Amino acid sequence: MRRFFTPLAVLTALMLAYAPVLIANAPFESTMGLIQKIFYFHVPSWFAMFTGVFICGIASVVYLFKGRPQTDRLAVAAAEVAVVFGLIGLVTGPLWARKSWGVWWQWDAHLTMALIVELIFVGYLLLRAYGGPGSEKLSAAVAIFGMANVPFVYVSANIWRTVHPPTSVVPELGRTAPGMAGPFWYCVLAFMLLFTLLFSARTHLERRRAELDELYLDEEE
Amino acid sequence: MFFKTALLVLRKDFAIELKSLEVFTTTLFFALSCVLIFAFAFVKEGQAPEDAAAGILWIAIAFSGTLALGRTFERERYGETLRALLLAPAPRPALYVGKLLGMLALLGVAEVLLVPLTAFLFQAALFSRPWLLVGLLAGGTIGFCAVGTLFAAMLVRARSRDVLLPILLYPITIPVIIAGVRGTAALLASPPDEPVAVMWIGILAAFDVVFVTLSLWTFEPLMTE
Repeated sequence: MRRFFTPLAVLTALMLAYAPVLIANAPFESTMGLIQKIFYFHVPSWFAMFTGVFICGIASVVYLFKGRPQTDRLAVAAAEVAVVFGLIGLVTGPLWARKSWGVWWQWDAHLTMALIVELIFVGYLLLRAYGGPGSEKLSAAVAIFGMANVPFVYVSANIWRTVHPPTSVVPELGRTAPGMAGPFWYCVLAFMLLFTLLFSARTHLERRRAELDELYLDEEE
Repeated sequence: MFFKTALLVLRKDFAIELKSLEVFTTTLFFALSCVLIFAFAFVKEGQAPEDAAAGILWIAIAFSGTLALGRTFERERYGETLRALLLAPAPRPALYVGKLLGMLALLGVAEVLLVPLTAFLFQAALFSRPWLLVGLLAGGTIGFCAVGTLFAAMLVRARSRDVLLPILLYPITIPVIIAGVRGTAALLASPPDEPVAVMWIGILAAFDVVFVTLSLWTFEPLMTE
């Protein structure tokens, strides 16, 4: 991964730099107009966030039952990156909502779910930061429970009320709005590359930290 | 063997609690002060908003439940008895079930007092469909305690456990709170909306099954040092 890191970083930077040009040239959505363009950053950041949540959950299951420290490092790196992308989603969402719905926030299924998942993973990081020794294992349980919780929050908040545009527009984009599909998947790719970069850098940092801890332990003995 | 161990753990907790009544009385008075605070926050000109009673009831249950969970395991930690329990040659999930039953009994008794109190203070028709209300309370309490007992047990070893418990527990039990509050609010409507309440009981039951299974599955590796 280290060999590919610099070329990937350059590619991601170029892609993200060119993204505004593509987005500006994409066709306007008929009812929302300019404000809809935030969707090119909003949706990809949620893609990246849920990828992080998924990696963190799976790595936590493996860590809890097999106890391999490298899976724990993957879990914490994924959780941290997921929280960052979740934050991007939570900031871009209300910016759009203010113009489209007239309010910053709605207690809608998607919004509630996103907020709760973000809270669970902030809790995960807080537990790791302040839980003291042994909190790796405990936070693995939080990640597993958090992942299992996603469908429940979604279903219960969905019955409660929903006004968010249906997520089914995304897979149908190529058919309904071919002009938007290109820039959209371009942005998704750029965000997923950015996610991969941050995730691998964070995992690397965590590995180095473990190595350093081991060296300290050896020194003491 | 499994249920015998669970019942032994339950009996032990019951005997300790019966001597001091510490957790029981503090939980109950905490719940009472919760209800009072919300009464002062919501009641206008002697009348509470229509749905408020449902929300107040469930917030009181969630808050006092967190307090009871923290206190119960603090006692175990103080006497180092949790370690002794874990050293015993007994199936670990049985210890979890025993603890869970204890929490359920405690919160059950608290609810027996909380529900009439809420109904009385907010003129809420909570008893119009008693069996559906019991279903909602049972489903919600089992879900809340299933996650709460596991988290409180594992946090015994962590630092700043008293603040971490609510931080971790509330986001995960949000579906319980939504289902409990919406289901109870459906019962408070006139006439009571039975199909909606039954649907929420179904969601609560699904939540309980998933999270009790997950807890039984993760308790053993979590409590192994």
